[in-house]
Amino acid sequence: MNDESQLPAVIAVDGARKSFGAVKALDGVDFTVAPGQCIGLVGHNGAGKSTLVNVINGGITLDQGTIALAGQNHSSGHSIARARSGGIRCVFQELSLCPNLTVLENVRIAHRTLTGFGWRTRAAKLISAQLDTIFPGHGISAGSVVGDLSIAQRQMVEIATAFSRDSDPVALVILDEPTSSLDASRAHQLIEYVKTFTAEGGAVIFISHILGEILEAAHRVIVMRDGKVVGDRPASEFTVPGLVQAMGSVAAKRQARRETDARASGEAPVVARPQHTDAVAFRAFRGELVGLAGLSGHGQTETLVDLYKSLSSDWRAARDPKAAFVAGDRLIDGIFPIWSILRNMSITVLADWSRRGFVDVAREIGFGGDWKQRIGIRSDDLENPILSLSGGNQQKALFARALGSRAEVVLMDDPMRGVDIGTKQDVYAMLRQEADKGRTFVWYSTEMDEVSVCDRVYVFRDGRIVAELAGDAVSEDAILAASFGERAA
Amino acid sequence: MTALSRMPWIWSFLAAGIVWVITLMFTGGASIVGLTQATLTFAAFSVIVGTGQMFVITLGPGNIDLSIPATMTLAGTVALKLMGGDSGLIVPGFLVAIAIGLGVGVANYALIKLLRIPPIIATLAMSFIIQSAAIWSNRGLRIRPPEILGDFAIGSVLGVPNVAILALVVTVLAYVALEKSLYGRWILAIGQNIRAARMAGIPVDGVRCGTYVLCAVLASLGGYFLASFSGGAALNMGAEYLLMSIAVVVIGGTSVAGGDSNVPGIWGASLFMFLVVSMLNTYGFDAGFRMIMTGLIIIGVIVTAGGRTVRF
Repeated sequence: MNDESQLPAVIAVDGARKSFGAVKALDGVDFTVAPGQCIGLVGHNGAGKSTLVNVINGGITLDQGTIALAGQNHSSGHSIARARSGGIRCVFQELSLCPNLTVLENVRIAHRTLTGFGWRTRAAKLISAQLDTIFPGHGISAGSVVGDLSIAQRQMVEIATAFSRDSDPVALVILDEPTSSLDASRAHQLIEYVKTFTAEGGAVIFISHILGEILEAAHRVIVMRDGKVVGDRPASEFTVPGLVQAMGSVAAKRQARRETDARASGEAPVVARPQHTDAVAFRAFRGELVGLAGLSGHGQTETLVDLYKSLSSDWRAARDPKAAFVAGDRLIDGIFPIWSILRNMSITVLADWSRRGFVDVAREIGFGGDWKQRIGIRSDDLENPILSLSGGNQQKALFARALGSRAEVVLMDDPMRGVDIGTKQDVYAMLRQEADKGRTFVWYSTEMDEVSVCDRVYVFRDGRIVAELAGDAVSEDAILAASFGERAA
Repeated sequence: MTALSRMPWIWSFLAAGIVWVITLMFTGGASIVGLTQATLTFAAFSVIVGTGQMFVITLGPGNIDLSIPATMTLAGTVALKLMGGDSGLIVPGFLVAIAIGLGVGVANYALIKLLRIPPIIATLAMSFIIQSAAIWSNRGLRIRPPEILGDFAIGSVLGVPNVAILALVVTVLAYVALEKSLYGRWILAIGQNIRAARMAGIPVDGVRCGTYVLCAVLASLGGYFLASFSGGAALNMGAEYLLMSIAVVVIGGTSVAGGDSNVPGIWGASLFMFLVVSMLNTYGFDAGFRMIMTGLIIIGVIVTAGGRTVRF
């Protein structure tokens, strides 16, 4: 495959240590990437993956250890500028495009060399060509404003920008959760491109919680736990259960799907939506786990937002809240950025306990401590700012916000983006338990595993429901068929 | 330093203290009681209307109430006209002033919500309507306030002006509302991320409407007492409170980006703003130079206090 001994490593990190307060984010990490290699990097939320990435791209300075770029040691002077000129590119988990600018203007930000007369034309050409190469049929115009794109399209633009080449080199591309908002077909296109890119001598670090992708894309897999590298082997020696075990959690058994009896007994649905142009009317019954599937950006999020708005009021707080919402695009729909973790968790339930309009602080603290333990938020103090948490842990706080409320319907907008597999399994179990108690979940997900957990699935295409699958009819094939407009079996 | 960064209001008090000392140095300490009382009195009006503006600004980018001066004028004018100098009508006059505030607040939010006009335009347009109403109802008359009310407005308890005590009560209530109440949590949440606030179950329109009403009510309260204090309402009585209400909020450490209020800072900033003008007066500068200096000093304070961590 690749002869690692001949060429100098694109990047070599040696004995890296970094602490944030009491938390050891990196605890002695050795890490090398050779040209032409794709490294899969896996680990739980807070295992240190994002910190390692930031060390490599120069955003974080190490407490101890050295970094060598293309064989040259830069232990002290490693910086964002040096990483950039050394050909290191990064696609972040939290998308980092400017929403008020157009696609090509965002490309200009990434490429300093795009200057002078006619840079707009050149930038547009550059990004369109790259998008065509990686994601054929992407449907993104270089002149459109990023804020108008769906989250999946933004992610595609970001990925294409990172791989695009003007006059500066591209030696290593770090993909941090690149497929979290992409549906299966787009994710597959990306993996194919990664293979081509590495075959041409480029290097890639691929971080994902979707382990199947890692095994498909990577030559070598590195497992991190608690700031240390605990496994470093060729991808061919790993299997998904093996990886899960290496990360330190046990693979869950697939839960048997239940036939919902509520429906059979003629009970009224908890949530319903007028049929309009849909092929099937949307209804959800008590105690059901209803999935929304289809390619991403086909109206699932809009449906959830509409449902939520129809179940709550703009003008007065409900005495008995009907619904709670778990955001997927958390910076836009979920997080209150200057608040503490605790305040972010408690905002929805607060109204339940208020006495004469005052906040019950003691109860708020109790609620926070209880959920911190139940859902495993990694922080020594809930008074820390929410943005001090890793992306997955922020998501847990948002889960606690919704699950902790009394709402009988919980609407979830692809909430598992950036959440590690251990937490996912905990949350799945929690959802099941809550559903058994009579709660209803409406769950949009871009991941097939999650959709197949659901009791019933509605498939979306072009903003409308095109199919309803129930019980054993819920399968990857059936969902894909319906998403692409073939008649579902 | 971290303790200081948690108290951004400290800077406005520090600045006010320095200016107070400099002014007294010039007079040799002779006017210490007079200066302090005058400062407290005039600062009190800025504090009352500034508190309302602070709640509105906390709602997030784009939220501002420019109708404060007109509301003050209309409330003062109509209330004084209704009372006609009769001490028996003090309470009805007060209630009318508050009712004007309620009406203006609801009208402001109706423009913002129903016609989807940005708050800056909506409240500016509203202020023309209110100001015209004030001109129409006043017609150049200057009616003196009832004697008891006038005496109360210029009086003091143990050397502390009554209006300053009133303003203190307003700020304590505002502080409690922001820090301890559900409503406080809600406006702070809306100011940080209005979309997330809606999706977290906060009744966004109700809270925003309530906040514009609160601001207008505080403006009319300020107008009622300012008119009583100055011995009658004048059509331009609110004018200086347009910029003042915004300046004291910003200098006081409230984030213009929303979601982060600062009640004590309003006091520090209001004291500071009055003291700067009286210091420059004491030093005998003419009006033009005074305004230049005021502007420069405000910039100076904001730059000094602006060292707070910017949080995204």
